[in-house]
Amino acid sequence: MVDVAFQPNRAAAAQTRRRRVGLRNALRRKSMSAFLMTLPLILLIAILVIYPAIYSVHLATLNKAMTKFVGFGNFEFLFKRETFWLVVKQSCIFAISAVVFKALIGFIVAHFVHNVPANKQRKWRGMLLVPWVIPPAMSTLAWLWLFDPSYSAFNYTLSFFGIGPIPWTGDAMWARFSVILVNVWYGAPFFMIMYLAALKSVPEQLYEAAAIDGANWWQRIWYVTLPMMRNIIAITTLFSLIVTFANFDIVRILTAGGPLDHTHIFATWAFRVGIEGSDIPLGASVSLFMVPILAVAAIFILRDITKRGNES
Amino acid sequence: MSTVTIDKSGPTRKVKYGSMSRDRTWALRWSYFFLTLFAIFSLVPPFYMLITSLKSSAEISAATNPWWVYHPTFSNYIELLTSNQFLRFFWNSAWVSIIVVTITMLISVPAAFALARMKFWGSATLATGVFLTYLIPDSLLFIPLFKMFAVFGDWTGIQLVNRWYVLLFIYPTLTVPFCTWIMIGYFASIPKELDEAAIIDGASWFQTLTRIFIPVALPGLIAATIFAFTVSWAQFLYPLVFTTSTDQLVLPVGIITTLIKGDVFNWGQIMTGALLGAAPPLIIYAFLMDYYIAGLTAGATKG
Repeated sequence: MVDVAFQPNRAAAAQTRRRRVGLRNALRRKSMSAFLMTLPLILLIAILVIYPAIYSVHLATLNKAMTKFVGFGNFEFLFKRETFWLVVKQSCIFAISAVVFKALIGFIVAHFVHNVPANKQRKWRGMLLVPWVIPPAMSTLAWLWLFDPSYSAFNYTLSFFGIGPIPWTGDAMWARFSVILVNVWYGAPFFMIMYLAALKSVPEQLYEAAAIDGANWWQRIWYVTLPMMRNIIAITTLFSLIVTFANFDIVRILTAGGPLDHTHIFATWAFRVGIEGSDIPLGASVSLFMVPILAVAAIFILRDITKRGNES
Repeated sequence: MSTVTIDKSGPTRKVKYGSMSRDRTWALRWSYFFLTLFAIFSLVPPFYMLITSLKSSAEISAATNPWWVYHPTFSNYIELLTSNQFLRFFWNSAWVSIIVVTITMLISVPAAFALARMKFWGSATLATGVFLTYLIPDSLLFIPLFKMFAVFGDWTGIQLVNRWYVLLFIYPTLTVPFCTWIMIGYFASIPKELDEAAIIDGASWFQTLTRIFIPVALPGLIAATIFAFTVSWAQFLYPLVFTTSTDQLVLPVGIITTLIKGDVFNWGQIMTGALLGAAPPLIIYAFLMDYYIAGLTAGATKG
């Protein structure tokens, strides 16, 4: 830059112009290389996510042999079937109760972990996260064996307290309870970890101020902890709602939808109808019913994320 | 907001022992009591897997105390680890997971770099789109994907359905969006001065990525790798839909379809298989817990 000052005016102007052109070239190169770097990602999402999503709407309008366009025929057929309404009901019961219990247990356990001295927290956190680490298909097998009709280890233990053999997966109500229990066991650690991270970010001064103002532990939770954690609670719950609503592994392995289709949720019933029953259009229509609730949850998550993006 | 610290020391909140008041002591005791209860609840299924895997079929059907093993035997382990079929499942799973992790990293790291640093037309929309893709569950896409690959096979004669390598195309839809998303967060947290300095020194964009961004964001990279591995190792729905021949199955589906023969459940072997299938994620978790947790919390706390 220094030697520019010694040059005649024209030369200096030419140089700036050249520099500007060079900059423009660099910019063009930059956007070109940026595009090339994101191209595999764009292709992957376009071909293997967006296209199948649209394709499933198309599939849902075909007849079973996929030769004829039937419009809303599949949906009309579904609305007339009792099993479908059973699936809708069970999906809602399953997702909502599982998420509520996961959130509650996660919140409580996170508080207990937060209470113990710092040097011991790692050990507890490590143990409590194990359910989340084991692949759900594998751990559900262990639950299936724990729930076994004739050799159930739970029933063995309960028999000492005089509680009769419980048909964990044999009776409709108990089977519903069992799939929710396994889902809560699997998902609560995730909430625990998220809440723990959030709890650690609440400044200690706020608790001190609350304590000086004479707040009891309940008021401290209600007026300090919860407002500070609101964002994390909301986003974790919405995430979990999506994942739980779309759950497949646990219900499939534990009950396979039985007894008498009472524990089927959208994913498992879509699999039963679409893949096992080889009625692909009907299966596609069933899984499309997940879209509205997923979309609502996704919109709320997105709003939260962009809001925080703007703040920072 | 976008720095994820991996804390080994725990929180800064101090619990003072010396001046601890009476109810503080009780609160601590109750905490330990309930934590023990929750830990038992968490660890019962894996513990029961281990107990059952050490039992012989005779001991299982004798219905003795299910929580204890009287005659421990490794016969289940020996039988599974010498069975060609089971080893095949294990290798299929291992290959699929390792290749998917490689593909995921090759796609998501450059894309995250471009989205975090090289602002271009539509980059913000694309970043949001990537995040939305992460929210689309597998149970929504398995039917159209299955039909797509079947039609693709009819048109081109390249049969992908019922081959283990079809999973290499499908798993990245689960891993790439999340990994890109958390890598965007990690890359965005790197100070701009660092790559400006590199550019001034004459580094190309590629060099900036490999010499500056990847080394600095290595913790994030490890967290994303762990995530991609555990997701592909644990995936159950896609292999169940896409593969049926026993030599093409991956571990979770293999255990469930071959060890359960009709109504005969060989529980000793099933539990052994399940434990061996759970082992790789558990081992990774045991050694890299902090990275694992960083990846877990990064998804939602970034943005």
